[in-house]
Parts: sequence; C-alpha cells; structure tokens
Amino acid sequence: MQIVSEVREPLVIGGKTIKDVTNDISRPIEAAPPRDWFAAMFVSVLLLGTGGYFLGDMLWNGIGRWGLNKTVQWAWDITNFVWWVGIGHAGTLISAVLLLFRQKWRTSINRAAEAMTIFAVICAAFWPVVHMGRPWLVYWPLPLPNTYGSLWVNFNSPLLWDVFAISTYFSVSLVFWYIGLIPDFATIRDRATTKWPKLMYGLLSFGWTGGARTWMHYESVSLILAGLSTPLVLSVHTIVSFDFATSVIPGWHTTIFPPYFVAGAIFSGFAMVLTLMLVTRKVYRLESYITMEHIEMMNIIIIVTGSIVGIAYTTEFFIAWYSGVEYEQYAFINRATGPYWWSYWAMMTCNVISPQLFWFKPIRTSLVWTFVLSIVVNIGMWFERFVIIVTSLHRDYLPSSWAYFTPTMWDIMCYAFTFGLFFTLFFMFAKFFPVINMAEVKAVLKESSSKNYRARRTITEEPLPPLTVPVVEEKTAH
Amino acid sequence: MKADVHHYDLAENFVFSDKARKSIFIILALGIVFFVIGLVMVTMGGGHEGHDHALAGNGDFITTAGGEGGHDHGHAYHWTSRLKVTLWHNSLFFLGIAVIGIFFTAIQYAAHAGWSALIKRVPEAFGSFVPYAGVVLLAVFFWGGHEIFHWTDASLYDPKSEHYDEIMVGKQGFLNTGVFLTLTVLFIGGWFAFWYAIRNNSKAEDVEGGTKRFWRMKVLATLFIIFFAVSSSVSAWLWVMSIDSHWFSTMFGWYNFASYFVAGLATITLAVIYLHEAGYLKALNENHLHDLGKFVFAFSIFWSYIWFSQFLLIYYANISEETVYFWERLRSPIYGKFVFINLFLNFVFPFLSLMTRDAKRKTIILKIVCYAVIVGHWIDFWLMITPGTLKENGGLGFLEIGLAMIYAAAFAFVVANALTKAPLIARNHPMMQESLHHNI
Repeated sequence: MQIVSEVREPLVIGGKTIKDVTNDISRPIEAAPPRDWFAAMFVSVLLLGTGGYFLGDMLWNGIGRWGLNKTVQWAWDITNFVWWVGIGHAGTLISAVLLLFRQKWRTSINRAAEAMTIFAVICAAFWPVVHMGRPWLVYWPLPLPNTYGSLWVNFNSPLLWDVFAISTYFSVSLVFWYIGLIPDFATIRDRATTKWPKLMYGLLSFGWTGGARTWMHYESVSLILAGLSTPLVLSVHTIVSFDFATSVIPGWHTTIFPPYFVAGAIFSGFAMVLTLMLVTRKVYRLESYITMEHIEMMNIIIIVTGSIVGIAYTTEFFIAWYSGVEYEQYAFINRATGPYWWSYWAMMTCNVISPQLFWFKPIRTSLVWTFVLSIVVNIGMWFERFVIIVTSLHRDYLPSSWAYFTPTMWDIMCYAFTFGLFFTLFFMFAKFFPVINMAEVKAVLKESSSKNYRARRTITEEPLPPLTVPVVEEKTAH
Repeated sequence: MKADVHHYDLAENFVFSDKARKSIFIILALGIVFFVIGLVMVTMGGGHEGHDHALAGNGDFITTAGGEGGHDHGHAYHWTSRLKVTLWHNSLFFLGIAVIGIFFTAIQYAAHAGWSALIKRVPEAFGSFVPYAGVVLLAVFFWGGHEIFHWTDASLYDPKSEHYDEIMVGKQGFLNTGVFLTLTVLFIGGWFAFWYAIRNNSKAEDVEGGTKRFWRMKVLATLFIIFFAVSSSVSAWLWVMSIDSHWFSTMFGWYNFASYFVAGLATITLAVIYLHEAGYLKALNENHLHDLGKFVFAFSIFWSYIWFSQFLLIYYANISEETVYFWERLRSPIYGKFVFINLFLNFVFPFLSLMTRDAKRKTIILKIVCYAVIVGHWIDFWLMITPGTLKENGGLGFLEIGLAMIYAAAFAFVVANALTKAPLIARNHPMMQESLHHNI
C-alpha cells in the first residue's frame, strides 16, 4: 500500500467523499449556466466578432493593414504566435511530465490545463496561417506531391519544422486530453436524465464501461501518451526558438535559446493556468479540489522557471559583452537603452523581478497576489517575444533602413480576435465538459482527502494523531 | 484506516571493510602504474599520435577558437603541459561529480521527493570530496594556469607586443587572475559551506527526529540551488569555456551542468548498487533502482538535447568565429573520432539500453550503462579541455586514464570514509516510510 508522509499537505480537503467529487464536478454541466457565464461568454463573443471584423478586413485587403514595414517584417504576428504557443506548454507539462514524475497534485488541475493548451495552440496556429496573406493556400507548407514539377517545401527551414512540431504536438495533446475525458463523459452520461445529454455524452464516451480491463487500458494508454508528449512538449518550443536562433541576426542567434524558450514557455503556461484556474475555482466553488497547496505548487514552478529565464537573460547579456562581437553587444545595449527601452524594462520587471515576490510564502499563498502576478507574468512574456523580435529587427546591419514599428488597429484587433477565440472555447469547455478529472481525483482521494489524512501514520513509532475534520481555510480569499 | 508499516532494521552503519579498501587500492595501484607508463611515454616523446598530421585541413582557416591565429606564439609544447591539462581535466570532472551529490540531495528536498529518502546518505557523502578536488584544482591553476589558459599571457594586453589581441583586451574585465581566483574560491568555498550545513542538519535529524530539520533542510536546499544555478554557469565559463579564449556560446554553462549532472547521477546509482550488493541498504528494491535509472536515462537525453542544440545552432548559422570550435574537434585526426564516441556513449547507448522498464530495474544493466556514461562524460570534458590547450599534441592515453583511475580511487576512498561518519540510513527522515513503500 501507499504511505503518504506527514510533511505532505492533503490534495483534497473538506472531507470529500467519492460521491461528493462526482456531484461537485458534474453539477455545473447539468445545471443551467449561471448569469456570470453568460456575461463572460458575451464579452468573449463580442471580442471574437469585433476582432473578426478587422481580421476579415485584413484578409480582404492584405497584410499591409498591419504595421509591418520593410525593416520590421515580423512584429505582432509572430510575437503573438510564440506567446500563444508558449502558453500551450503548461497543459501537457502538467499532464505528461508530472505524470511521469508521479506528482499526484496534477490530478485536479490537468484537465483544465490541457484544455487551455489545446485552445492556446489553436490561437497560435492561427497566426502563421493568416500571416500567409492567402490562408486558402494553407496546405502549401505540407510536403505534398504536387503538379508544379519538383517543387517541395524547404526542409532546411525551421519554419517548416515548426509546422511538423506544432501539428504533432496538437494531435497528441488532443488525444491525451480526450482519453482522459472518456471516463468522465461516461459518468455524466450515466447521470443524465434527459434524452439529448444522454445521447451526446454517450457518443462522446465511446461506450466506456468502467470495467477493470478498460481501466487497465486507460492507464497504459495514459503512460504511453505521456511518454510521447514529453519529448514533444520540449521539441515545440525548441523549434520555435530555432526560428530565430538559426539565423545570423544579433540577438537571435544565441545557443541558449532552446532550453531558455522552453523554460519561458512553461513559465507563461503556468501563469495562464493560474489565471484561469483561480476564476474557475471561484465560480464553480472548487476550493476543496484546487487547494492552496495546488496554487502554491504552481507558484513555485513559476519562480523556478522565471528564475531560469532570468539567468538566461543575464547570460545572453554577459556573453554578448564577453564575445567581443560589436553587433551582438549593440543589439543588447539597444534593447535596454534604445527606442524600445520601455518594452525591455517591461519584460524585465514582469518576468524577472515580480515573480521573485513568490519567494515569500504569504504572497505565494495569497489568491489576490497570485492572480495579479499571473497576469503580470503573461504580460512580461508577451514583451519578451516582442523585445526579441522587434528590437533585433528594427535596427539591422544597414543604418539607413532603421525603422520603428507602430502597431495599427488591425494588429491590435487581430490579437483581440485570438483572445475572443480562446475565451469562447474555454467557456464552452467550462460549461459542457467536466473541468476537473473526476476519475483521477477519486484515485488520489483515499490518500489525500483531509479526513483520511490525519489518520495516516508516517514514522513507525509515532503515536496516532487525533482524528479531526479540518475546516477549509481561506486566508486571503475574496 | 491504519497504515501497515514495514519493519526494516533501519539502523545500518557502513563499515569501510578491508575488502573495499583493497579494491580501491588495486584501482589506485593500477592507476599509478598506468600514470607512470604514461609519463614515461610522454617524456620520451611517445603518445604524440597526431603530431605529424598537424591539422591538415585547417590551413586555410582564418582563426582558431583559442585566438592564436597564425602566430603560434609563446608556449611551445612541453610534456608537462599534458600533465597539467590532464590534472585540470580530472580535478574538474571529479569536483563536478562531488557537487552533483550536493545538488541531487538539494533537489530531493526542494521538490519534496519521497522515494529517495532511503538512499539520501549516498549523494550526501559525495560532497566530502569537494575540498580535496577544490584544493588540487587551485594548485593546478597556480602551477599550470599559463599552459591551460591562453588569457593568462600578459603580452596579449600589451599594445606594443606583436601578440596584442584586441578581443582579449575586451574580455580582460572577466578573464584575469584576480577574478578567476576570487570566483573559484568563492564557488568552491560556497559549495563546501552549503554541504557542511546540509550534512550537519541531516545528522542532527538522526538524533532529534521530528520534522523541524526537514523544513530547515528545505530552506538550505533552496538556497544552495540558487547559489548553484549561478555558480555552475559562471564557473563553466571561467574554468572551461575560457580555455578557447576567443570562442563563446551562451549554452555553455548549461551544457557543462548537463554533463556533470548525468555523470553524478550515474555515480550515485553505482554507489547505491555497490552498497546494496555489499549487504547494505537492505530495504532497497528495484523501484528505487528504477527511479535512479530513469534519472540517468532522462538526463542523458537532456545532455544530448543541449549538446545537439548548441551544435545545430552553430552549424546552421555557420559563423566562423563559432564553428571553429567544432571544426577544431571534428577535423582533427586526434579528436574527431572522440566526438562520435562521446555521442555514442552519452546518447545512443544509454538511450537504447535504458529504454525499457525492465532494463532500469536490473543492476547489471544499470552498472554497464552507468560506467559507460561516466566514461562518456569524462571524455566529454576531455574534449572540452584538451583541444584548446594542447592543440594537436593532445592525446588520450595511459597518462589520462591512469590519472582518472587515481582520482576515481581517491573519490571512492573519501566518499566511503564520509559514509562511515553517519548512519547509512537517515532513519528519522519524514519521507522514510514513503521511500520504503516506494512502488512504481
């Protein structure tokens, strides 16, 4: 049997039983959506619509609607792409890497994090497609046999590797997420009392029986998919970093990029998970499942990855000086003190300095601080990509072509469109799908619910602690 | 529900047996024999495998990573250079393994890991080697710094000299003896101080029990990790990257760390297996081995990832100031083959042999892979250090292997001694029951 040490916090609190888990998590799906949900959905669809108008206009009239110029040929488009892909890292990290590390605290956050991953990757994939200017030719990056003679995609280009990496990552994440959903769909199907939900969740649950054999298959498929996703999650942002680092642009060509981009991606991904989970937790009253312990763990991952990113920034700066390469030195001085100094310092403040506040326990266990800092981190990570991309491009090797990039309304509204898309998808998910993996939470319930927790013995000769049901404590809630 | 608890006898004390001493001394004696043969060979002018070839393909190349360009000035090769370089290489390598012992202990606490509580005294003992390796490292710098580090040449910074090197003047703020010594002493001293504190805290837990020491350890571990995160990168720039004094790579610090980490994990695994085979760590089962195996497997891939990323980006961008590093290695008749041996031992071999679950749970496979990986990373460091210092006079022969065996014996001796100084199992570790019941 499994023994859990006394130094571990319980994963599920409030003395929940297996039945409570089912009820608490199925309730929002079965009930009519609350008014808040409609309000949130309205805002999302509004963003989607107004952003969509500008997007349509841009597609009709051409990429010239954006603020790109002959020097800065890549700006918000690719910044947004990298930003969204980065956010799409946390889900698979939580579901795959933490599964391989046997981190049980993943169970109550993996579902929503994976959903977020999938929606974020959709928002990311949107950018290269519209950036083509002719999105109906979207299949051109695929190495398809064609009638143009020996015309093939450029296999030497990291942009093409990106096509493969992201599409593979998306497919595997989707399958992984869906496999995890099947037992929960079956639960909802079995609880459904009306015709349509019964039919729809019945279809979605693929005839899940819940027998021992099916569970056995479920477990082995989960491990295989986790094994597959782990290299994928690392490869995606590695290849995104190759888009820049294989070039000879000062500020882009630096060997630390691959692991540093991966760390940054996990950093921003966890920040986005926190932003969404804190809201979901509050609206759906999931305080017993997404406990302060979960939030603290995620904040710790934010400190670690944020500090790794900070070390990488410093390393780049130092080696630029150390290398003696004037272009490289200038690129970094220009970042910090040039016309885009404000974006550099926005990045440094949001990404390196502010997450250090999480070293203080009262801050990392405060809901308000966590929520604010999670948004700050995502602002910082957007600026990081903007700094890398635009400040390196805007002053190239030929000073006569130096330019400044200013976004147009179309840049801004196309970005807003992806927010609309992301939140519309997420709110749909939160309404129709179980936001917490019921089956997996039940699996850790016996070890982790606070009722059982106090009855655990850890050290051989230790006397049994009194059996008390602790109260759900919320220090700084609301 | 009451948890049923296994009652292992956790009161184990490691005795440094005569048998173990004998094995270590045999390695030491063999090492000394090899070392002496090697010395005789290099003094007699043997062992210059590549002397005649002298980089045939490099003639048209404008620069070298060391920055000595066409003018191969200053230090003509003398056999003592080879001795100094191999001393530097081995001191660094074994210092790294010792520090990884502390780092591994620290991450177990920082990550709240339970499985490793049973074996935690083993990596913890590794730290005892830090001062020895550190002192030798400093001594080698005083004796051979000039041969190892091109940047110690004062004429580089003299505008009147024909060796004046503007790039090196630019780096002088970092690459100078004062900074080098200050940081070296600070890092090694810091690592040792952290180890001392961690070790004492750990021993106090054996006596006091409770969880107070555990939580204190968590703080110490976190502080050490912060210190190590900075010092591992900076020390790699100073001690290794600055050998090829013109060359630079932002990845280098993490590349060094990755190499150290795999070598350290493999050494921890071997030490645990040998202790278990000698009748210690009775509660150890294949689940613990599985986790150690996973670590070696995963971080071998991590190292390969870092190695490949660094290589690919330099290869792809094809900037001569950067490619020269790989050029000097791949095009060299001496070093070329070792690049591939390095990749085979550190990536292909562990990747394929530790792929399955069963392989990670068998001591014999773990032993073979761990030895291969340790040798592989030793070669990795040799490949980082030798080409920049000895150029085409370098080699991997009796001298290097003999010295590595001497170091390995010294390391085993010091660590075994440290293991006797505390109970082999930290019985009051709050995660101990988790570790005993570890099942994956």
